[in-house]
Amino acid sequence: MMELLQHLALGFSVAFTPENLAYALLGCILGTLIGVLPGIGPVPTIAMLLPLTYILPPTAGLIMLAGIYYGAQYGGSTTAILVALPGETSAVVTVLDGHQMAKNGRAGAALAIAALGSFFAGCFATVLLAAFAPPLAEVAFKFGPAEYFSLMVLGLVGAVVLASGSLPKAICMILLGLLLGMIGTDVNSGVARFDFGIPELQDGIDFAVVAMGVFGLAEIMNNLAQKENRVDITDKIGALYPNRQELREAAPACIRGTLLGSALGILPGGGAVLSSFASYTLEKKLSKNPERFGKGHPAGLAGPESANNAAAQTSFIPLLTLGIPGNAVMALMVGAMTIHNIQPGPQVMSSHPELFWGLITSMWIGNLMLVVLNLPLIGLWVKLLKVPYRVLFPAIVLFCTVGVYSLNYNVFDIYIMAAFGVIGYIWSKLKCEGAPLLLGLVLGPMMEENFRRALLLSRGDFTTFVTRPLSLSLLVFALALVILVALPSIRKKREETFVEED
Amino acid sequence: MHIKNQQDFWSGLMFVAIGLGFAIFSVSYDMGTPSRMGPGYFPFWLAICMALLGAVVTLGSFRGEHVEDSSVGHFDWDILFLIIGSICLYGLMLDHLGLYIATPLLVIFCSLASHEFSLVIAIGNAIFLTAFSWLAFVKGLGLIFPLWPEPIGEWSLLAQILIPVGIIIAVVMLVRRIKGK
Repeated sequence: MMELLQHLALGFSVAFTPENLAYALLGCILGTLIGVLPGIGPVPTIAMLLPLTYILPPTAGLIMLAGIYYGAQYGGSTTAILVALPGETSAVVTVLDGHQMAKNGRAGAALAIAALGSFFAGCFATVLLAAFAPPLAEVAFKFGPAEYFSLMVLGLVGAVVLASGSLPKAICMILLGLLLGMIGTDVNSGVARFDFGIPELQDGIDFAVVAMGVFGLAEIMNNLAQKENRVDITDKIGALYPNRQELREAAPACIRGTLLGSALGILPGGGAVLSSFASYTLEKKLSKNPERFGKGHPAGLAGPESANNAAAQTSFIPLLTLGIPGNAVMALMVGAMTIHNIQPGPQVMSSHPELFWGLITSMWIGNLMLVVLNLPLIGLWVKLLKVPYRVLFPAIVLFCTVGVYSLNYNVFDIYIMAAFGVIGYIWSKLKCEGAPLLLGLVLGPMMEENFRRALLLSRGDFTTFVTRPLSLSLLVFALALVILVALPSIRKKREETFVEED
Repeated sequence: MHIKNQQDFWSGLMFVAIGLGFAIFSVSYDMGTPSRMGPGYFPFWLAICMALLGAVVTLGSFRGEHVEDSSVGHFDWDILFLIIGSICLYGLMLDHLGLYIATPLLVIFCSLASHEFSLVIAIGNAIFLTAFSWLAFVKGLGLIFPLWPEPIGEWSLLAQILIPVGIIIAVVMLVRRIKGK
């Protein structure tokens, strides 16, 4: 306990420097600014703003990035509540009751409940993160290459199991991501692989370039094809503070959602999606009058929003302790850390304690800033939502392009992004999801490295993955997940779940 | 044999094709042995797995009941061409014409992809975003861009051909769009 307080004190001493506070604030504002735009979820937002953080020192860069992440999430809920246009899957649940509340003239209350619920969840999950990260990192030090390989398999499987759509297709997208990650110079032999004689490809394909093409550009083209469909912005925000009855209904849901989200967020894969949906189902089951759900019940908003935010926070646990990203956003974080020459993993805590604890405390500060700043600023976000798309999208195209260019100051990256824009557009028509691909892309080199090392240590004996107990249990868990999802009864239920979400 | 799910059919074929492509390239690198893997080993087996799984997806599209809403959606070639084209043109222009000319052209050209294009708004937006780029990217963040055009004589041959051609195509599309209204 004392140790925990000491760590947090170190974190606050880092996070509370005026400079880092300013970057956290800037991150929150920029994240909200982009995240509030309809149809743009956290992944494209972070991808777009990522290059900005490269010019900062590592700690400040990651703090700003975390701010961007929370801002984007908060902005996404604002859009979901006000215009019913979710930017990501987990915000779909927010639309159900949040937008109904807005339609009932309680938009202000809905936004406040979402913000306060998220803040509560954020506080709780931050403490959890600080408490659980060190012991988990201890475990991670016992991991050999075989365990790391199996853990990555589990992480990747977990990510697709929770994704909507066809399982084999999602696995194919992971494999494709892993293969794309192979492009570039092989660290062991120095051979440039799949470079087609192009010097720029020898450094590999930057994940931010792929993310902007597949998530940013493809999304814009799909939105443009749908003509103008943005209507129905709730003008009347109503009172900004929820009344007593709403608070009474929201508070318990918020606590339950936080607990549920914290637990599910640690699991690899789309913890945020699963937790917000699970929380909604739970609230509906527990409620005395479930018929009010979907018509603007505060609990139906507070639960999933808290769960979502708690999961977003605890999903940093596998990243910071094991170095394994659990979802596409964390994959972007890995990339950002690598660019700052920090290899994510258990050693971060001991080798860069100020970065580690500074990041954790600034997550909490970021959450606080969002509540303090964004509720009063809500009028501004509403105005932003009214900007017509024809003005908005050229700006997004420009920011993506400039962002990509500034990674290496090379126009070649712009062409690669354009190519992935085309591919992403085709994939969206074929219902192939981009998120598993991104995870694979980031994990590819790491996975190959550990695979090679594991077999080197075992002298080419493949059974090493199943004879080491830790590795075996991870693989069994992964296999169990796949079988579970492939079972006909569960498959049907899963499809229903996602249909209901649509 | 009827294809029950068009999306699965085509995406499966895509995975098979890409998988085989990667596999063929991997063979050209040293494969090594499991205990001392060469650079070709891991990608080769990944690619084979992907091709096999892709085949499963394609074959699966023949089975089962006809799936509603599984046709491959309509491709909006105009939008694709305008967005991707203007981004590629921007890439070319940035190196040779500089930020202050490339940015407004990018904004105006890609604005054409919107169903409700308006020249006045596009130009206004272009001016605003160029000023914003100057303020935020050049002054604020200190990113290093080529700012002004370099003499045409110093351009690469490819740029000497492609930039004028690209601009002419875009201007023709712009004029037709305005007249069409």
